Amino acid sequence: MKFSNAWLREWVNPDLTAQQLADQITMAGLEVDAVEPVAGAFSGVVVGEIVACEQHPDADKLRVCKVKGHPEGEMQVVCGAPNARTGIKIPFALVGAKLPGDFKIKKAKLRGVESFGMLCAQTELELGDDSDGIWELPEDAVTGTDLREYLKLDDSTIEVDLTPNRSDCLGVAGIAREVGVLNRCEVTPPAIDPVAPAIDDSLQVSLLAEDACPRYVGRVIRNINIDAETPLWMQERLRRSGLRSIDPVVDVTNYVLLELGQPMHAFDLAKLSGGIKVRMAEQGEKLTLLDEQEVELKDDTLLIADEKGPLAIAGIMGGLDSSVTKSTRDIFLESAFFSPLAIAGKARSYGLHTDSSHRFERGVDYRLQEKAVERATQLLLDIVGGEPGPVHLREVTEAMPAERNITLRRQRVSGGLGIEMSDAEIVEIITRLGLEKIGEDSEGWTFLVPSFRFDISIESDLLEELARVYGYNRIPSVALKASLDIVPRAEAAVAQSRLEQTLLSRGYQEAITFSFIDSDASAKFDPEVEPVALQNPISAELSVMRTNLMAGLVKALQYNLNRQQDRLRLFETGLRFVPGKEGEALQQERMIAGLIYGARQPEGWTGSKDLVDFYDIKADVEAMLAHYEAEAEFTFAPAKHPALHPGQCAELLRNGKPVGVLGALHPELQKAYDLPKAAFLFELSLDGLGQAVIPAFTPLSKFPEVRRDLAVLADVDTPVGQLAESAVKAAGEFLTDFNIFDVYQGKGIDFNRKSVAMGLTFQHPSRTLNDEEINAAVQAVVSELEQKYNASLR
Amino acid sequence: MQELQSLTEQALALVENAGDLAALDQVRVDYLGKKGQITALLKSLGKLSAEERPAAGAKINEAKQQVQEAINARRTAMEKAAIEEKLAKETIDVTLPGRGEEQGSMHPITRTLRRIEEIFQRLGFSVEQGPEVEGDYYNFEALNIPAHHPARAMHDTFYIDPSTVLRTHTSSVQIRTMEKTNPPLRIICPGRVYRCDSDVTHSPMFHQVEGLVIDEGVSFAHLKGCIDQFLKAFFEADVPVRFRPSYFPFTEPSAEADIQCTNCGGEGCRVCSGTGWLEILGCGMVHPNVFASCDIDSEKYSGFAFGLGVERMAMLRYGVNDLRLFFDNDLRFLKQF
Repeated sequence: MKFSNAWLREWVNPDLTAQQLADQITMAGLEVDAVEPVAGAFSGVVVGEIVACEQHPDADKLRVCKVKGHPEGEMQVVCGAPNARTGIKIPFALVGAKLPGDFKIKKAKLRGVESFGMLCAQTELELGDDSDGIWELPEDAVTGTDLREYLKLDDSTIEVDLTPNRSDCLGVAGIAREVGVLNRCEVTPPAIDPVAPAIDDSLQVSLLAEDACPRYVGRVIRNINIDAETPLWMQERLRRSGLRSIDPVVDVTNYVLLELGQPMHAFDLAKLSGGIKVRMAEQGEKLTLLDEQEVELKDDTLLIADEKGPLAIAGIMGGLDSSVTKSTRDIFLESAFFSPLAIAGKARSYGLHTDSSHRFERGVDYRLQEKAVERATQLLLDIVGGEPGPVHLREVTEAMPAERNITLRRQRVSGGLGIEMSDAEIVEIITRLGLEKIGEDSEGWTFLVPSFRFDISIESDLLEELARVYGYNRIPSVALKASLDIVPRAEAAVAQSRLEQTLLSRGYQEAITFSFIDSDASAKFDPEVEPVALQNPISAELSVMRTNLMAGLVKALQYNLNRQQDRLRLFETGLRFVPGKEGEALQQERMIAGLIYGARQPEGWTGSKDLVDFYDIKADVEAMLAHYEAEAEFTFAPAKHPALHPGQCAELLRNGKPVGVLGALHPELQKAYDLPKAAFLFELSLDGLGQAVIPAFTPLSKFPEVRRDLAVLADVDTPVGQLAESAVKAAGEFLTDFNIFDVYQGKGIDFNRKSVAMGLTFQHPSRTLNDEEINAAVQAVVSELEQKYNASLR
Repeated sequence: MQELQSLTEQALALVENAGDLAALDQVRVDYLGKKGQITALLKSLGKLSAEERPAAGAKINEAKQQVQEAINARRTAMEKAAIEEKLAKETIDVTLPGRGEEQGSMHPITRTLRRIEEIFQRLGFSVEQGPEVEGDYYNFEALNIPAHHPARAMHDTFYIDPSTVLRTHTSSVQIRTMEKTNPPLRIICPGRVYRCDSDVTHSPMFHQVEGLVIDEGVSFAHLKGCIDQFLKAFFEADVPVRFRPSYFPFTEPSAEADIQCTNCGGEGCRVCSGTGWLEILGCGMVHPNVFASCDIDSEKYSGFAFGLGVERMAMLRYGVNDLRLFFDNDLRFLKQF
């Protein structure tokens, strides 16, 4: 909502500057976006009058004018405007004038003819968007008057960004009411006296969708002069509110919309057949709108129609065929109440948004219609003349919005807002806002909500009104009080931050990538899963929900490689969105994923240039797993994943249940993303990783431990992890430590075999183990490996 | 005894000149050993009278001790010099950088989120999470935003299907928490949210922290106190905070909290569009309809909620001047935090 400060001041005039007023209403919830001057900065421009106009001797497009308006008398001005002619009044920039953009007017010679000043178009003064010629001012403008004074340009435009609940402020009247309440000063609306009918003509109106339109006011006005000019003061007010002047009838309806907040429509009476029917559209009916687009109507759309068919989409936009044109003589004025529910969302569904739909979907005062029609009639008669018919009101009382009474309890004011207000102050504020006190008892009061406040329906709404007018900033700030209950805290819960800290200390940077990715990338990383697609994506690159975090990390890698980075360690946490299989719900799973690329160590004077490999990322994963203190429950198994190298991919399992993957990026993806080197990735389910095992103490043995080393030969494709697992199981209860200290393939052994060296440490809690016992345990390991893996002692 | 005198002098001179530990030991053997020259003098004591013997013996022992002490001192000095020489050889350049992995860092958004979480956790707020693909009910309906409510137009919602959206705010977690937990409640819900809007100052994905306090006797004054203290704690400064009436369908009264521009201190600048204030969060008292949809008795309980934009907080705290940097994941950016 944009309005002129000077216009508002005619209604209410507190002793505040425009800026102070803007600050005041901002703090009362009507947020002012801008306070701006209504015209460009210029000076030295007066109302001029062309008294003579002749062709320039040497230029077809130029004219030499004699112009009055300068205090020293007539001036010669060369002008290029096609509409320059004798008798018209125009803005005349005198020599020495300054135009917007700090443009100084000087004496000049144009094609040999001297020129003293300039005749201006609207755009040259930043006073409108007409640049077709010089601006023709009304005949009654007094020649020689300073233009700023003549147009009352020492005014500013105040633009308020209203929240959707405050439809009552979508008119100067509403803003004025608000300013009156805040300053406790009087509001003086213009006198709107009913205009007595001069003729009997009226139009039959049938309300066929009474819930959507329970109230409709119409009036016929005959014999108007559509060629009359909208007065400059009205054009200027419209312009200062951001509207263009169209014709006097449209201008008047727009003026009333801005002034009172009631959207109106004027039909060309001659184009209407029979009476007005306010009804729902039939599916597929067609209507060409004022903006010349033809729409196919949906049956949830409220229409203004006549016997022949649709005339207008109610409350949104009129139709072209029935609109007022240059040949219109008789008009039918509409001022209706359309219920917000009937209009809400409809304009959007046709790709429209109008000043009218904006107001109706938020709520227009349902008692305002007659007043608006009278105001419009009054203004129209002044401009275009004509003979008005009677005001014709149709109302379905039962379908009208119910009047609302609200009870406000005194105790709620102090309890809800934390302030003590006197009864008098409470009642004063509420009634100034237009509510009527209709009851009072020991607990509080009952108020009747006025027809223009759609946002007030419960007690809390009144608390907000009180707080708003009282001033949010006058309400004290009080610290919260709460009982200090001790809440359970699970020691076994592994905070995500601990995993993150582990990664940070291993050189990872945290990344945050978009949750939606390119559908092509999704197909590359997870071809078997149909991702969740957005119906209205920003772009194809951000169109489907990620089913893994790896695609985003690889994209971030590529981004950085393109910026001369060659070593990266990134991780991200967040949801992945995996559609459920047939009928199952979408899985939104919290994941932690990482990527490493480039040199194993940061470049430095000690470092090697070795590149990262699978065992680097595996160590990072293992470092995180350490927080779970459940080494025995986690296993890694060879696995396949479409985004990972088939020979360098492992699945992480906890107690046999998959909880993540890790491996080398698939070479085809590496190529597709133009990555010179291999990237390694992991992705683990944070919930899948589960909880930590709380340590249980084992007494320390006082007896010596014994270590035996063992090297076995096994087939090259034997997973050492499984071999080790079997060895540990076979070694018996006194094995206290186990490690693989060498894996060798090559010279000296069969090329199909590899040597695996392991160290086994034994210890008994309460005595010294003897050789026989240890030998038996080692032998058990050897036999198990022989049997299970065809392994032999080396 | 003449001889003792000269032998002692000889021995001391040799100690003085000994070049290494071996030479020093040789002196010990030659003079003090079993067959050493000074030791040998003891054997001649027998020739002396019983009266002379003790005095002469004492003298010889004294000489022996003198030589032995000289040898010890010399040895200590030589050992110390040897150690010093060894250490000197082991000297390295301590100004070279250390070996090993560099320390990484958290993303500035997460860093900001964690800071906010920490401040509230100290007050006993628990951290709640919720889904990001969310039902229309949780994102809108239960928050008193029915279909076609004009407020929906403010949200630029991403749709999955007509009844499923990407959550437009973390307020949806409020509802999920109130459904499963009885008051009193003190929670914050950090997380990603989505709006169908992308330009210099809007990202289609960003982060919010929702807060919710429900208890008996919670008033608007408590809301103000909580927000005011939080903002001062977050910025570690006594920043002026102001509250303006605003509108959110799920709170009543609703407010917008502004802080005095941290860039210009309220003078008016580019960052605050000349107003001297920065809009920092939306808040309000929980709307009775929201309580009703979660079966909480609004006659008994009252509460407040707030939602703040994490990117904005991070930009102000760390001076980041371009929203888009947060999601480019440029290492040069990430490593600054």
